[in-house]
Amino acid sequence: MKHIRQLEDQSIYILREAYKNFDNLGMLWSMGKDSTVLLWLARKAFFGHVPFPLLHVDTSYKIPEMIEYRDRLAREWRLNLIVGQNKKALAEGMNHEKGRIACCTALKTEGLKQLLDEKGYTGVILGVRSDEDATRAKERYFSPRDKNNDWDFRDQPPELWDQYKISFPPGTHIRIHPLLDWTEINIWEYIKLENIPFLDHLYLDQGTGSRYRSLGCAPCTSPIQSTSKNVDEVLIELRNSKVAERAGRAQDEGRGMEELRKDGYM
Amino acid sequence: MATDTTIQERMNIVIVGHVDHGKSTLLGRLYADTGTLPEGKIEKIQAICRQQGKEFEYAFLFDAFLEEQQQGITIDTARTFFTWGDRQYIIIDAPGHKEFLKNMVSGAARAEAALLIIDALEGVRDQSKRHGLLLSMLGVKQVTVVVNKMDLVDYREDIFQAIEKEYREFLTQLNVVPQYIIPASAKQGINITKISPETPWYTGPSVLDSLAHFHSETAESEQALRFPLQDVYKFDARRILVGRLTAGKLKIGDRLVFSPTNKSANVQSIEAFNVDPPPTQAMAGQSVGITLDEQIFVERGHIATHEETRPLVSTRIRANLFWLGSQPLETQRTYTLRLATREVLCEIVAIHRIVDANNLDDRQTQATVQRNEVADITLRTKSPLAFDLYASFETTGRFVLVDNYDVAGGGIITELVADEQEDFRAEARERDSAWVKGDVGAEERSRHYGHRAAVVLLTGPDTTAKSFLARKLETVLVAEGRHAYLLVGENLQRGLDADLHEIKAEETVRRFGEVVRLLTDTGSLVITTTNAFPQATKGIVQTVQTLVNPIQVVTVHMTKDQDGPQPDRDLIFAGPEDFDACTNKILETLKQKGILAEPTGSQPSVQFSI
Repeated sequence: MKHIRQLEDQSIYILREAYKNFDNLGMLWSMGKDSTVLLWLARKAFFGHVPFPLLHVDTSYKIPEMIEYRDRLAREWRLNLIVGQNKKALAEGMNHEKGRIACCTALKTEGLKQLLDEKGYTGVILGVRSDEDATRAKERYFSPRDKNNDWDFRDQPPELWDQYKISFPPGTHIRIHPLLDWTEINIWEYIKLENIPFLDHLYLDQGTGSRYRSLGCAPCTSPIQSTSKNVDEVLIELRNSKVAERAGRAQDEGRGMEELRKDGYM
Repeated sequence: MATDTTIQERMNIVIVGHVDHGKSTLLGRLYADTGTLPEGKIEKIQAICRQQGKEFEYAFLFDAFLEEQQQGITIDTARTFFTWGDRQYIIIDAPGHKEFLKNMVSGAARAEAALLIIDALEGVRDQSKRHGLLLSMLGVKQVTVVVNKMDLVDYREDIFQAIEKEYREFLTQLNVVPQYIIPASAKQGINITKISPETPWYTGPSVLDSLAHFHSETAESEQALRFPLQDVYKFDARRILVGRLTAGKLKIGDRLVFSPTNKSANVQSIEAFNVDPPPTQAMAGQSVGITLDEQIFVERGHIATHEETRPLVSTRIRANLFWLGSQPLETQRTYTLRLATREVLCEIVAIHRIVDANNLDDRQTQATVQRNEVADITLRTKSPLAFDLYASFETTGRFVLVDNYDVAGGGIITELVADEQEDFRAEARERDSAWVKGDVGAEERSRHYGHRAAVVLLTGPDTTAKSFLARKLETVLVAEGRHAYLLVGENLQRGLDADLHEIKAEETVRRFGEVVRLLTDTGSLVITTTNAFPQATKGIVQTVQTLVNPIQVVTVHMTKDQDGPQPDRDLIFAGPEDFDACTNKILETLKQKGILAEPTGSQPSVQFSI
């Protein structure tokens, strides 16, 4: 498990750099396996404390168990949880039937933008990983976003050794990605190694022959066929799988992710 | 793909080389032929190609951006994952176009080994050499060269040998020995995952097999300890010093000394969350937290080591630097230097020569360093920097320069350049190592007095009323209940310096500095002027700083000529002027620097985080 400890050391270093260098810092938590591992790493980096707020952009279409789990961990781990929501778009009846990209843009990208604007965060920590998607494979650990939240992927600043981008002009902010080098398998290896509480009812087969591999909004995320009933079985399944992790996520189809991420999607 | 074996280790490999020599194609082929691609990936890209009416290429598998696929070039590095045997590889595909050199460097800086691709038809080109040079500067010592597109030269051995000879000679000048030089054709799948009959004269491994010959770098823990401090936490009763060991190891009970301050204490515990039993030692590469048995002043940027193996300290270093900034690097301009966790302002003193990757012997002198150039430079930092030579320690032997919010260049340190403070620094180091302490620590004194020990040093020409302001400051501070003392330099001449029969400027300044040091050890705020040293004013500020280090010296300059050039000081006043206003500004500065808390009277309530 040496490689997992190496990943852990690197991620903790990044989290501590973020905490030291950003006065107004927040961490996105979607309750999925990745951002929950990120939250666990923060508890390790800060010796049981989480010294910045956790941000959840609630589209209102999340699977109910996710909200329950969120509120339970927030209580048990004494988290400062901040929930944001694009209420205007919801009031106007936004849902996935109006177009998946349109729905994601309004409820997630725009919801996130509203939350960031309202609180004025200059650093936002996210659990995205390189192996999830080809555009995420091109991210920096510390990645600048301009005043409109846009990602200028054509002209990213250099990132050398362990020296990250920690200075930036007013009005812009930095997205921080401590999990960039982790793979889906590494996430499960770490959950097992550290015994991290996760949404086992959703991520493991409960006898129906299916489980979620990636969690998002209920209407746009479908379970995969799988009989994995524990983490060991999930690991064996993944080592032999050739299906992409986000195959069950509708918004990724075509050039969806490049378009979404350029405009500030996570 | 055979993935039932558990992963034992991970390794970062970068693919570099001149534009269009086939880096992305090689990567695509490697994944396709080992069955590593997700189901439907090739079909998806083939469909996009049909839509756009162009031929399918393996390179398209990882060039994610629409623009990259349309132009047929890689713009930014992509990380892809690949498991083979018991190793998980992260393969970093770096762009070869000169315009995207900063992206290539960002990719290569993360790598432990490199595959360098050369086109058999085009031979060794600009970026083939520049990338080779940068790999050696970035610390990537393991290189395998792939001579690609051998199909275009009919797999001719003589053409391969000519390229091999030329490039091997080039690498030799950089002290790099390639592990293998492999003839291949990524497009045709020749010698990529297995040896093919097209090159019967080649006896080495395939590209895939060559990866297993790169070794994982773990040697740093055999070196002397380097523990650059990242932060100090006080979330609860524990005062935890955190950071990542960049070399060596430490254990509970070890005596650590922090550079450049020379403070020392013993490791009391190694703190960790969800680890049972708690660790007793830590190794290179680990992000850790420790507590000390004594409350000494330490902060981010200080480097902890064992006593006998301290890093170097100077304000001048010589380095090889590659520049990626959009503005050229110039002398006489201030940049931010970052070395491990230390951040300090610096200035380029001299640009000795520009290193031309195409002709390593012929180095030219220039006044500036342009984007994508490599230069041999000397720089001066504003305050003393603890560092190592790159040849001895990788992480503490290199630095980046920041210009206009962005990392704009990277350097490796080749030499310590002695500065005028060298002797005083050695004196302070030896004195501090042997210093015998009482039972009352600096933190206890701070709590008692309501401030930290510090020095306010007033400089400037005659008749600017330095001593008048110094007296006023002492009076105001003492009236506020502070432990302040006005040290008049002339008083030393009659007592301490009475044995000096002729005027020895350097010795009087040294003695003055040691007296200031002694007074700060009592927890005092020492106020003094340079009046007693008319002939030594230039170096006196630095000397006092060196001798009292790490106590803060607040420098105040009184000038007669407000429009002329001013020395580098915390405050500059036209003297004589409104002394009440000047005093208030000094008090304000003392508060800003965390030396003074709000006036506290006899019952200080403020906790000093020292």
